[in-house]
Amino acid sequence: MKQKYVFVLAAMLALIGLSVFAYKWQVLGFPVSRDQETPVWTIESSISFESGPGSIKVNLHIPTLTPGFRTLNENSVSRGYGFSLNYGTGGREAQWAIRRTDGTQTIYYRISVFADASNDQSDTTPPFPPPPVINEPFRTAVDVIVADVKEHSADTASFTSELLRLMNDPSPDPNVELLRSDSDTNARYVETVTTILAAARIPARLIRGFKLEGRQRNAEMLTWLEVHDGDDWRYFNPTTGEEGLPDSFLTWWRGNEPLVSVEGGSNVQVGFAIQENHLAAVAIAESQAAQRGATLIDFSLYSLPISTQAVYSVLLMIPIGALIMVFLRNFIGIDAFGTFMPVLIALAFRETKLFWGVILFTMLVALGLSIRFLLDRLRLLLVPRLSAVLIVVVMLMLIISLASHRLGLETGLSVALFPMVIIAMTIERMSVVWEERGAVDAMRAGLGSLVVAVTAYIFMGLSWLEHLIFTFPELLLVVLALVVLAGRYTGYRLLELRRFGALADN
Amino acid sequence: MFAVANKLREAGVLGLNERNVDFITRLNPRRLYPRVDDKALTKELALEAGMAVPELYGIIRHQREVRAFADIVGERNSFVIKPAQGSGGDGILVVIGRSQRRRNFYRLSSGVLISAAEIAHHISNIVSGQYSLSGNPDKAIIEYCVQFDPVFADVSYQGVPDIRVIVYRGYPAMAMVRLPTRASDGKANLHQGAVGAGVDMSLGETLTGVLDNEVVDEHPDTGALVSGLRIPQWNFILHSSARGYDVTGLGYLGVDMVIDSEHGPLILEMNARPGLSIQIANCTGLASRIARIDEIHDEKAGPEERARLARREFPAERQTSIEF
Repeated sequence: MKQKYVFVLAAMLALIGLSVFAYKWQVLGFPVSRDQETPVWTIESSISFESGPGSIKVNLHIPTLTPGFRTLNENSVSRGYGFSLNYGTGGREAQWAIRRTDGTQTIYYRISVFADASNDQSDTTPPFPPPPVINEPFRTAVDVIVADVKEHSADTASFTSELLRLMNDPSPDPNVELLRSDSDTNARYVETVTTILAAARIPARLIRGFKLEGRQRNAEMLTWLEVHDGDDWRYFNPTTGEEGLPDSFLTWWRGNEPLVSVEGGSNVQVGFAIQENHLAAVAIAESQAAQRGATLIDFSLYSLPISTQAVYSVLLMIPIGALIMVFLRNFIGIDAFGTFMPVLIALAFRETKLFWGVILFTMLVALGLSIRFLLDRLRLLLVPRLSAVLIVVVMLMLIISLASHRLGLETGLSVALFPMVIIAMTIERMSVVWEERGAVDAMRAGLGSLVVAVTAYIFMGLSWLEHLIFTFPELLLVVLALVVLAGRYTGYRLLELRRFGALADN
Repeated sequence: MFAVANKLREAGVLGLNERNVDFITRLNPRRLYPRVDDKALTKELALEAGMAVPELYGIIRHQREVRAFADIVGERNSFVIKPAQGSGGDGILVVIGRSQRRRNFYRLSSGVLISAAEIAHHISNIVSGQYSLSGNPDKAIIEYCVQFDPVFADVSYQGVPDIRVIVYRGYPAMAMVRLPTRASDGKANLHQGAVGAGVDMSLGETLTGVLDNEVVDEHPDTGALVSGLRIPQWNFILHSSARGYDVTGLGYLGVDMVIDSEHGPLILEMNARPGLSIQIANCTGLASRIARIDEIHDEKAGPEERARLARREFPAERQTSIEF
């Protein structure tokens, strides 16, 4: 019965720990490895214009739906302007307004995005476009082209690519030539294409955006064609007819409306600069979670002051040390002094480094033990005896530090980091075992403590593990579950197999 | 590795984890520990139950009672002074006689003569807690000095040979005789090099011995055969061990007994977490015996009945089952 409760409890703990972990990892995007960095692009658009005499209102299309990217943050820099975000037909619009101003004005809008392939949000299904009103002679040209392309295509996608192929033919059809003559810019040309598609009752629109790569001072805005095939929006390269968006294409806005409109200003110029930098994936996950209002994040260790974080990154490894201790004790069967003494020694090893740690520890215990045997002759009471050992340990540490400093071995100074009370207790326990069960047992347990400490040190020093526990402290629940399970382990310890080996042969 | 584990499992060998989880934590409630950790309390309970223990001369609980020592001892020539909560034999003073000329000088087992004042000082140290593991004030027990029965004289090197019986839920499950050696410094602890000899539960006869996990036939110091020794009053020993359960309430209990040449088997102390080396000494697993006891367990069975069942159920393997 009890056994069942233990399993249920352990399963629950592990389940809670793992599901929080999975949520933070998969949904909030916390990185499981330390060095994970995500490229972040900051796109800055600057709008400059000459202000007129009256009030000024500036509208700028800004990214709304960005397949393949997620917004990290956005902000605007403008002196004295009122700022608001609105939804227009082409998506979000940033609006700046001011009653009166003079001279050349520059307004900045800045957005930071990072790649996220899972962000695949597409727009809603549009209605069928009404037949466009086209003047002659264009109307006939459009009709002819539509009829022609229809003959050579099967569905929306093939219609679109066929149309684009036709429109880009180096030796164009007279009808195509006529339509193309009207479109002086690339954007105008794509607009013409959407008109033709509308005539074929295919919903289509322009999308504008940037190819995000490296650092660009004057990024070129690309125009792409977006066609709805009844189920999804599909993307086409308007000049080649190829389907698909370019790699790392950030959609800035959709539709035919102009990028920017300035009321009350003149000589408007818009420039885009793109900069790539790398941000720790943790920071991105944090701000993402904050945007979504995930309360879980309020309990993240990254929200603590840096100095406190440093303390916790060490403290959180102690359960790992305890787990190692449990494993070596109950599954292997290694004897050690004190329940957690080896774990605390392992903590001290973090500072002294392994080699010097082992040497200093051995030296301290050996010296302390010999002095403890001298004290033994005095037949002191327990507490004064322990205090005497503690004082001796402190003095030994001092002597070791001074001596190693004299010898120029600076590592010897780190002996001060050993937990002196723990060492004093170890010496006391070791001397008691020595007397009660003999030197062999005492040495074996002493060596066992060292083995456990070194093993715990190795595991507690794994930087990926440290990062994992620090970023996902809920994994400690899994550690707890393991420890609880180990508490009901009734199998043999590894070393018992040897101890009772003679019985197995019978 | 797993093959060995499986073999051990088949042989019914009990491991430390299983002992701790399944028996000690389940059958030995913490609150009962003082009954075995405090030897004065153990003795008191055992006496109430009418069990055979070394005769208690007196207990000194406070410093002001230390002077009463002479009155407690009276005209007796030999006695033992020990701390109630001591461990590992620390602080035990064995007095085996007195000086011929001066009655207030005592001769220790080591042959040294010490004065009554020195003994009083030793008692004072015990009472102040010097030998107590917890460091708390302790009691000094003054009791009868056991005169060892010669049965184990040939297979012991000085020290105190004793009999350890594991009692599971009141049923004696396994026993061994622990024989001190030169290496164990007179102590009957297998860790320190004492010889452990398994005991045939039905006959009370020693089997082969074990020294440092290896089977031995002869005592390493005396050269005498370890096996085939008949333990006197075996029935009484099993009976007393079984009653240890009624006295302490501990379901997994180790009972340590010594055999006095005059008074027979006496309970020296009891243990709430007895070790597992007894399995090696008997070349038999405890788990299989425990499983058998669980089968035949009867809440109403008295200690005599339980001791009788143990004799019937657990003969050494070389014997065929004997009806009692």
